[in-house]
Amino acid sequence: MSSATVQPLASSRRWIFNPFKELSPGRRREAIYGYLFILPWLIGLVIFTAGPFVASFILSFTNYSILQPGRWVGLENYVRAFTNDDLFWLSLKNTGVYVVGSVAIRIVLGFGLALLLNAKIRFLALWRTLFYLPSIVPIVATTILWMYVLNPRFGLLNWFLGLFGVPRLRWLTSPDTAMLGLLVMSSWWVGTTMIIFLAGLQGIPEDYYDAAKIDGANGWQRLRGITLPLMTPTIFFNVIIGIINAFQVFTQALIMTGGGPLNSTRFYMLYLYDNAFGYLPPQMGYASALAWILFVIIFAMSMITVRTSNRWVFYGN
Amino acid sequence: MSAAAPKPYAFRYDDRWLRLRFYFGKALIYLAIIGLSLIFVVPLLFMFSMSLMPLEQIGKYPPDWFPNPILIENYTKALYFWNFAQSFRNTAVVTGLSMVGDLLSCTLVAYGFARFRFPGRDLLFMVLLGTLMLPFAVTMVPLYIGYNMIGWVNTFNPLIVPHFFGNAFYIFLLRQFFMTIPEELLDAAKIDGAGEFMIWWRIMLPLAKPAIIVVAILSFQSHWNDFLGPLLYLKDERLHTLAIGLYKFQGLPGQGSLYNELMAATVLMVLPVLVVFAVFQRQFVQGVTLSGLKG
Repeated sequence: MSSATVQPLASSRRWIFNPFKELSPGRRREAIYGYLFILPWLIGLVIFTAGPFVASFILSFTNYSILQPGRWVGLENYVRAFTNDDLFWLSLKNTGVYVVGSVAIRIVLGFGLALLLNAKIRFLALWRTLFYLPSIVPIVATTILWMYVLNPRFGLLNWFLGLFGVPRLRWLTSPDTAMLGLLVMSSWWVGTTMIIFLAGLQGIPEDYYDAAKIDGANGWQRLRGITLPLMTPTIFFNVIIGIINAFQVFTQALIMTGGGPLNSTRFYMLYLYDNAFGYLPPQMGYASALAWILFVIIFAMSMITVRTSNRWVFYGN
Repeated sequence: MSAAAPKPYAFRYDDRWLRLRFYFGKALIYLAIIGLSLIFVVPLLFMFSMSLMPLEQIGKYPPDWFPNPILIENYTKALYFWNFAQSFRNTAVVTGLSMVGDLLSCTLVAYGFARFRFPGRDLLFMVLLGTLMLPFAVTMVPLYIGYNMIGWVNTFNPLIVPHFFGNAFYIFLLRQFFMTIPEELLDAAKIDGAGEFMIWWRIMLPLAKPAIIVVAILSFQSHWNDFLGPLLYLKDERLHTLAIGLYKFQGLPGQGSLYNELMAATVLMVLPVLVVFAVFQRQFVQGVTLSGLKG
C-alpha cells in the first residue's frame, strides 16, 4: 500500500486489477464491510455450488462409482446416452410430455381461477386459502393421498368422473393412463400459480376497464384487449418457473409408480437418480453426464423462452 | 361505483334485464368458485375422514364419506409401526437448525448486497440470481460424494450445514425489502457510533420483520417437507424425518394397502404444517406472491 515510492514495483503492479486502489478510505471501509457481510454466501457458493458444478462436469467424463475410483472415459457417457440408451430417450420424452402438460395446466387453470377470484367477489381471502391449501401439503403426504384418489377400484377421481358418465379408468396401473394420472394430480398444485396471477390482476388499474366500458367493449374484448396483454409478464414468469420445476419431476414418480408401468412414467430425474444411487454398482459418472444434459436443456429452454418473450410479453407502453 | 355518482355509460342498474343478467352472472361465478374449491379441498378432508375409518369402509364404491364407527386406534396402530415421536423430533431438529441458518446467513448477505457499495457487487448479484436456475441434479452427485468422503452421510449435517451459507432466493427477497428501508434510519445509528453488525442486528432486522417472517415460513415449509435430501442422506432408521418415515411406512409389506392407518400417519405429518399455515396465512400468500418458486 505504501509502495508508491518504489517506482518499478508500482508500475508492474498496475497490470493487476485492483479496484480497491481507486477507493477513498471511507469507500474502502464500506467495501470491506460489504464483502464481510456477503462472505457466508461467497464461501457457500464455492463449496456447495461452484465446486460441485465443476466436479460434476469432470465426473461426467469418467466411469466413477462410489465403490471404486473412476477412470477417464472421454465422451463415452455422452455418446452412450445419445446413441445407445433407449431409457434415456424414453425418459426424456416422458419428461417432455409432463412438462408441456403440467405447464399448460398451470397456466390455463391458474389464470382461469385467478380471473374468477378477481371478479369482485366476497370472502376472497377464504377462497384463495382453499385453492392454495393443497400446495402447502408435504409432497410425500400428497402422493400417498393421491394414490388413494387415483385408485382404480374405489378412488375418489373415478367416482367423481363417474358422476359425469366417464367409465372407470385404471390410472397409475395402466401405461396408457399413468402419465395422465400424474398430470391430473399436478393440477392440485395450481394454487400457487393462481395466487401470483391474482396479484398481477389486482395490479391492473380499474380505470383501464372503465375506459373500455365507455368505449362499449364487452367482457371478452376487455379480457383480450386489456387483461391478457398486461398479464403477459406474469404469464412469462410462470411459464419459465413451470418449465424449470416440471423438468425436475421426481418424488411423485418415485413413490407412486417407480417409473412404471412399462416405463410410462420413467422421468428424467428418476432415471438419473437410479443411475447415481439405485443401480449396483452406482453409475455416478453416467449420472453426471445425464445431469449436464439436463442442465443444458433447462438452460436452453429458458433462453428460448426469454429470447422469444419480446414477441409476446408486453412491458408497458 | 357508488350510487351517489351515477356514470351515464356504465351499467344501467335501473334496467331490469341488465340487472338480472348481472346477478345471474354473479351467481354463476359463485357456483363455479364453490364447486372448484370443493374439488380442491375434498380430498384433504377425506384424508382426515379416512384416517378414522375401519378398513372395510374405505374400499366402498361409491365412497363412504364419514367414518362409522370412528376408530381413533388407527392413529395408535400407525404409531406402533412407525416411530413417530423420533421422526417428529428429527424433523423438528433439522427444520429448526436449518431455519436458523437460513435466517442468519440470508439477512447478513442480503444486508451486504443492499447497503454497501463494493467492486463487483452487481456482477456477484447476477451470479446469485443465476444459481437459482441451476437444477439440483447437477450438484447432487458431487455433493453426495463429498459428504461421503468426510463421513457426513447418515448424519443431519448435509441437511443443515449448507443453510448457514445462504439461499439465493431468500437473499434476493430480503435484499429487495432492505432496499426499501430509508437510509436515514440507519445513518442515525451510525452517528451514534454503532458498528455495522450492530446496525444490522439492532436496526435492520427489527425493521425488516415482515419480510423475515415470510422467509422464515418459506424456509420452514421447504425443510419440513423436504424429501430428496433425507432420502439421500438419512439411511439409518433412527435418523428418519417424517417425510422419509412416511415413505418407508407406506412401503412396508402390506402396510401400503392399510389406507386407514396410512392416512392417520399422513394426517400426523400434515397437521403441523396446517397449524403454521393457519397462524401465518397472510405471510404464506405474501411469500408466494413474491416468489412463485414453490410448488
